Amino acid sequence: MIELTAKQLADAIGRGDVSAAEAFDAYRERAAADDLNAYLWVAEERPEAGAGPLNGVPLAVKDLFCTEGVPSQSGSRILEGYRPPYTATVVRRLAEAGAPLLGKTNQDEFAMGSSNENSGFGPVRNPWDRERVPGGSSGGSAAAVAAGSAPWALGTDTGGSIRQPAALCGIVGLKPTYGTVSRYGMIAFASSLDQAGPLTRDVTDAALLYAHMVGRDPCDSTSLEHPEAIALPSSERLDGLRIGVPRDALAHEGVEPGVLAAFEATLARAEELGAAVVDIALPHADHALSAYYVIAPAEASSNLARFDGVRYGLRRDADEGLLAMYTHTRHDGFGPEVKRRILIGTYALSSGYYDAYYGRAQQVRTRIAEDFRAAFRECDLVATPTSPTVAFKLGERVDDPLAMYLGDLFTIPFSLAGLPAISIPCGLSEGLPVGFQLGGPAFSENRILDAAYALEQAIGFTPLEVGG
Amino acid sequence: MSTAYEPVIGLEIHVQLKTRTKMFCGCELSFGDPPNVHTCPVCLGLPGALPAVNARAIHYGLMIGLALGSELAPRSVFHRKNYFYPDLPKGYQISQYDLPLCRGGRLGDVRIHRVHLEEDAAKLVHVGESGRIHGSDASIVDFNRGGTPLAEIVTEPDIRSAEQARDWLQLLRVTLRQLGVSDVNMEEGSLRCDANISIRPAGSDELGTKTELKNMNSFRFIEQGIKAEIERQEALLRAGEPVVQETLHFDPRTGRITSLRSKEEAHDYRYFPEPDLVPIDITDEMLEAARAEVPELPAERQERYRTQLGLNEDSAKLLADRVELAEYFESVLAVNGSEPQAVANWVTELAARLDEGDPAASKVEPGALAALVGLLSDKAITVGAARQVLDRLVAEGGDPKAIVEAEGLGAIGGGEELAGLVAEAIAANADAAEKIKAGNMKAIGPIIGHVMKATKGRADGGEVTRLVREQLGL
Amino acid sequence: MIDREQVLHVARLARLQLTDDEVERMAGELSAILAHVERIGELDLEGVEPTSHVVEVSNALRPDEPRPSLPREVALANAPDTDGEGFLVPSPQA
Repeated sequence: MIELTAKQLADAIGRGDVSAAEAFDAYRERAAADDLNAYLWVAEERPEAGAGPLNGVPLAVKDLFCTEGVPSQSGSRILEGYRPPYTATVVRRLAEAGAPLLGKTNQDEFAMGSSNENSGFGPVRNPWDRERVPGGSSGGSAAAVAAGSAPWALGTDTGGSIRQPAALCGIVGLKPTYGTVSRYGMIAFASSLDQAGPLTRDVTDAALLYAHMVGRDPCDSTSLEHPEAIALPSSERLDGLRIGVPRDALAHEGVEPGVLAAFEATLARAEELGAAVVDIALPHADHALSAYYVIAPAEASSNLARFDGVRYGLRRDADEGLLAMYTHTRHDGFGPEVKRRILIGTYALSSGYYDAYYGRAQQVRTRIAEDFRAAFRECDLVATPTSPTVAFKLGERVDDPLAMYLGDLFTIPFSLAGLPAISIPCGLSEGLPVGFQLGGPAFSENRILDAAYALEQAIGFTPLEVGG
Repeated sequence: MSTAYEPVIGLEIHVQLKTRTKMFCGCELSFGDPPNVHTCPVCLGLPGALPAVNARAIHYGLMIGLALGSELAPRSVFHRKNYFYPDLPKGYQISQYDLPLCRGGRLGDVRIHRVHLEEDAAKLVHVGESGRIHGSDASIVDFNRGGTPLAEIVTEPDIRSAEQARDWLQLLRVTLRQLGVSDVNMEEGSLRCDANISIRPAGSDELGTKTELKNMNSFRFIEQGIKAEIERQEALLRAGEPVVQETLHFDPRTGRITSLRSKEEAHDYRYFPEPDLVPIDITDEMLEAARAEVPELPAERQERYRTQLGLNEDSAKLLADRVELAEYFESVLAVNGSEPQAVANWVTELAARLDEGDPAASKVEPGALAALVGLLSDKAITVGAARQVLDRLVAEGGDPKAIVEAEGLGAIGGGEELAGLVAEAIAANADAAEKIKAGNMKAIGPIIGHVMKATKGRADGGEVTRLVREQLGL
Repeated sequence: MIDREQVLHVARLARLQLTDDEVERMAGELSAILAHVERIGELDLEGVEPTSHVVEVSNALRPDEPRPSLPREVALANAPDTDGEGFLVPSPQA
């Protein structure tokens, strides 16, 4: 049963080959036995779920989604043991559609990180190589799906936090168009960038889960109705599809040769399937990382101000007065990366610096969106490697924040422009999975899923053995 | 010779809007409920919660903008104002910054700078020693009030005295109450006022250093506070000392002004556009809906009473500032439309007898007051008699004509009867008569008094005077 | 470049206590990050509108209709300290 994809499992339950209760118990057992530190909480028993089309296929959910009565800590010690009184819209929708909550997965603290080493509850290990990181920030979700302790999982992506761990763990991750999935109940990192999406074993599962996530939510003012119904992909050809490749951006020195080789091989397959590969330019992509590391920390510095020891979470030294309570609570509750970003963000918004940092970064964002609009006149989808490297060793980059940030080089431009992008496994380099990123214009998820599906069939990537 | 100083005052007014629910969530507004019974993930600032703008708050904001003649922004944006305080659950207040809902405008003689919308803070109750946290004084936070919609109205520095500030604020209060957008009750905190105050040598165009006087919670305290701050600044300047830009608190019990300046460094609010909310684009439908609900406002009404009805300035202002008087006045005019000023005067007389009450709720029917004014203009009764009739109307209601007849209050005309009474009065006040003959008309008082006493006030004073002069051969 | 004093100033604004070691380390790390980030200063962005929302949505207004509030015991359940009715905090005036 464990080797079935989520869609196959839903069908099997639908046919009566296996019961939803059996499926839940099997995954519950595997999740409880997880030795990757992928889970922070696992359900003791099967929760009630709606009788929807997902047929009871259990769902692993990133810690930062609020789940009523269940720990929701966003990977932070400042929220240790916090059990919210409400459930995030998207988790509720999926439960109503028949996907019960299996467990909460580990993540980088407040989704800030690309290795899951920033979790307040310890790093997650990559099931392909336990000495390596699973990527981040949705590292727990990616590792759980790759290791078969969850049929599928929810993650969030701010600058690459679904796509990069999906790439490093050899699974599929979709970051949808900003606004198509409600953010209500997602503990915020950077509000204008955060977006929930599926981490799955294959493209069909991603389409199926995403189809039940979308929709405007009156509780999220930035959410909107997806103009198209999300369909399960079926086409095995790419005839007439123009895939644009930003060659200048790829020339970055940090891109590993093995990654580049797998990427080029996948482009060649796309051509075999009938696609045309064209060169495009994203002239401002080079500055996307800089803009991102202003905007995301700035918003985060404000979003994390509510962790003040007054209403929930950690409280320190209230007997020493209000200021001591604030500063000590936040000192002890936040990890180093969170502190770094709070400081950078506060600095970028502070008097005298706003125009040079936040204001300019928002202008760069406009330029990047324009770059994509221009590119999509020349092509239908844009392809890059998802991550410039394969999974790196635990501890390898912890002392060099900037090197860590450079891992988001290819994912960030789509995030800044609010555009959808998927990562699918496209091969191995040094025995580790390489991700192929395919992004498109706003609301082009169906086009992306179709193309990704056709490539997936052609690539025939062998996932990690999870059965038995 | 000492310099004369001129105060320059601008006001910042916070008005709690009378919506059913809070600015950004569906919790009901409440007054006087037990603490923390109107909260939800949004107004408690729980992780993951997001704001959603209350449509009626925008509607009320537009009504205020229309009433103040403001320019309504086709697109306005919410910003985050970041600072830490226990009554601010998110660590930022959602407010408006460089793109407010309304800009400019005027009310009476004061220009409006801007009107924007924001959320109120929670209530922080200092419990002191009784609630000590391991030896420190404690406060209790009650989030019922947190998130109540506020309109912040900022004036230009057009006010020149404490009295003018008080009067203008009263006009604003009447205007907002008439709009129905707020309870505008200073004691309950639904109307709050800060004042920016500076002084400068009279005739100068330069602005002095200003101070901000916070949260004065009655009209009287506003006047007293501003007056005290003007005096404090004058004393400083006369002593050759500078005014320091700071935030101040007026204590009405002692009349003293104290600094609220914290030991902390100056605020840096790090405003940036609220990413959780989308811009507000005012549509034609929204504008029309707001326009349809804006009634005739005091300033417009006052103008109409002066120019179209010919009322004097005092009457026009008095009636226009009190909606209930204006409405009563107009219902009397509907019966007797020929003498607006006389009707206005008698509505004022009536209002004085009712204290703060609404005349529409009194026993005096508008038709009765119209009839009373008619009797007077027909000279069927005197002013004194009319006042007596009004007293009876206030006490018991009824028809003025019937009261006049029943009480024998009809005016005594110029006939034989009055001439005889005047003769009696002259005879009874021989001293006064002599003085009048000697040219001192002021001595006529006792003679008129005698006649009035004999007629129970029904005689016309002018006619009595004429008869006295006639009978004394003057 | 960001020096110790600036780190301390920003930390005060963010209500974040830092040990001496942390101040030292942050000054170095933040300077490196800012040096990278400051490359956006090279671009000519004259007249470019800033983007704060990537998707064109406006208004998204909510009708003024009440929704149930949380029971008080639920609202207070996660509080570090309460008196049973409200959230207990050190007094700002103390």
